[in-house]
Amino acid sequence: MSPTDALLGIADDELVLGWRESEWTGIAPLLEEDVAFSSIAQNEIGHARALYQLLSEDADALAFDRPPGEYRCAPLVELRLLDWAHTIARRWLYETADEIRLGALKDDPDPEVAGLAAKIDREEAYHRMHAEMWHERLRDEPRFREAVEELWPYAVGLLPEQLRAELAARTGLDLPGDTVLRGKERGSHTDELAELWGEMTMVRRSAPAGAQW
Amino acid sequence: MSEHVWEVFRQERRGQPFEHAGSVVAPDADFAEAWAREQYGRRGESVALWLVPRDAIRDVEDWADEFDLKYRRVDGYSIKARLKEARELAAESAARSRGAFSAGESQ
Amino acid sequence: MAAIGIPRDEQAFLDYVQGGGQVEATDWLPDDYRAKLVKFIEMHGNSELMGVLPEREWILRAPTLQRKLALTAKVQDEVGHAQLIYRVVEDLGKPREQCLADLISGRSKFHNVFHYPTKTWGDVGVIAWLVDAAAIISQKALLKCSYAPYARIMKKICWEESFHILHGRDVILALVTGTPAQFELVQEALDRWWGPLMQFHGNPIPRDEDPMWLWRIKSQGNEEARQQFLDGYVPQIRELGLEIPDPKLRKRDDGTWEYSEPDWDELRHVVTGHGPKTEERLAFRRRFLEQEQWVRDAVLAA
Repeated sequence: MSPTDALLGIADDELVLGWRESEWTGIAPLLEEDVAFSSIAQNEIGHARALYQLLSEDADALAFDRPPGEYRCAPLVELRLLDWAHTIARRWLYETADEIRLGALKDDPDPEVAGLAAKIDREEAYHRMHAEMWHERLRDEPRFREAVEELWPYAVGLLPEQLRAELAARTGLDLPGDTVLRGKERGSHTDELAELWGEMTMVRRSAPAGAQW
Repeated sequence: MSEHVWEVFRQERRGQPFEHAGSVVAPDADFAEAWAREQYGRRGESVALWLVPRDAIRDVEDWADEFDLKYRRVDGYSIKARLKEARELAAESAARSRGAFSAGESQ
Repeated sequence: MAAIGIPRDEQAFLDYVQGGGQVEATDWLPDDYRAKLVKFIEMHGNSELMGVLPEREWILRAPTLQRKLALTAKVQDEVGHAQLIYRVVEDLGKPREQCLADLISGRSKFHNVFHYPTKTWGDVGVIAWLVDAAAIISQKALLKCSYAPYARIMKKICWEESFHILHGRDVILALVTGTPAQFELVQEALDRWWGPLMQFHGNPIPRDEDPMWLWRIKSQGNEEARQQFLDGYVPQIRELGLEIPDPKLRKRDDGTWEYSEPDWDELRHVVTGHGPKTEERLAFRRRFLEQEQWVRDAVLAA
């Protein structure tokens, strides 16, 4: 994978996850959490934007104007998870994985990339606190444990092979075998992406390319 | 739910007083912090917060002032009239001194 | 100066608030004042919460990253407002859970504008600019509310709403200076929203017959608010080349606005739970409220 592809993968992850998480705006289980969760979604999209800006003059074009097949996001973020147990399970798994890959990115030879990774990492500190807080509170809930188990292979599929052992160590879960991982790793897309992309781009596609909004 | 109310005090800029900003319902200090951060700081409007369980706050609202101890308040002194009188006396006294002096001088 | 005690007498209380006095959660409140206050504030909270639903689908469809962020922030503010408002109601004695139960069962009300569908990106601009402008006029009139905890949260709410109007205006300006089809999005949305906007401030009952005014919960009558809205926004709408769909709309010589009588029956019909989107939106809320009860149980357990 080229360095650009790797960064695009992270950007697309953040965009699509931010998109999925903004689906909770207004309907989260507690009003206080609704507000906090919405900030997390906005931060993710902000990170996506910053990464796209590193890769292109026109961040919006890069974010929205590719056909679904050209997105580099991992299947984990594409899943529509409109129940809280799965949503928080994904949040917690994603933050754990993201911390590992950001750690690697902070050592990138390109100073712009390393600098941006450090910035993102500092903001993610609050996301990690939030995810840990929920993990602590829900760890004994069967619903939550089941959701974590279900999403675990997808979380593994988010990371390149060399970072997966670290993820397993941090979560205390065993790495799944290849058959389990099939279709859940970066490089595959779920059926859900096309529908998500359709809704995400419908207004934008209603005007000619280059139209102002 | 009321047993889980946390009062939020916010400081707008360093050095300023912490002012009561509102309250959040949360099960513990960690949730209260996570939620208060966003409700009272997402637009950068606070540099610091104090979170206090409502039960920890003691409400104090009335004072007895039965004997009207006016010396403890600014309105217990009517400075203006006396100051006017003092200035007038001082002016008269100064005028008399100058008169006596010049009288003495001319002798 | 010694603190003024609130006398436990309805007439004295009335004199006190009409003289500009404010009260706190722990003060004695006449039953009628408390009841009207709770109902009024609860309806406000319900409206902020229901206002989220017409707008959240457009977050998902926002055509640029900037618009997506700004719209998410706007809707987030509305949820934040609901949190602030329900806390005030809770401290007046009605738990949030009860407020939400009454909302989804249709026992309590929310403002007319949130019972209508949104159809295009044009609605996003019109809502953020004009509906929020109408709301901010009402909200500014609450800054002097006799009930101090409510007045205090209105300060934060008004501050945040000012961002919304800026965002709305920016969306509208981009559209009216874009393609003819984009201009048409705004005009078409305005045609649909004008009626509800004119009903928004309520029918023009005289101030002295409005308990909200008598108790100094509101510092402005309904018609006063509507006139303020027209004064501020008709020129701004027209200067963009947009047409307001009311042939009778004109400014009289005395400076007041004349307009076609809004359909007060429609307003009453909608606000009592018969709007085009009422059932669907309440059902949507009910679904998530019920589905996530276990989360509240897990979080708020001792």
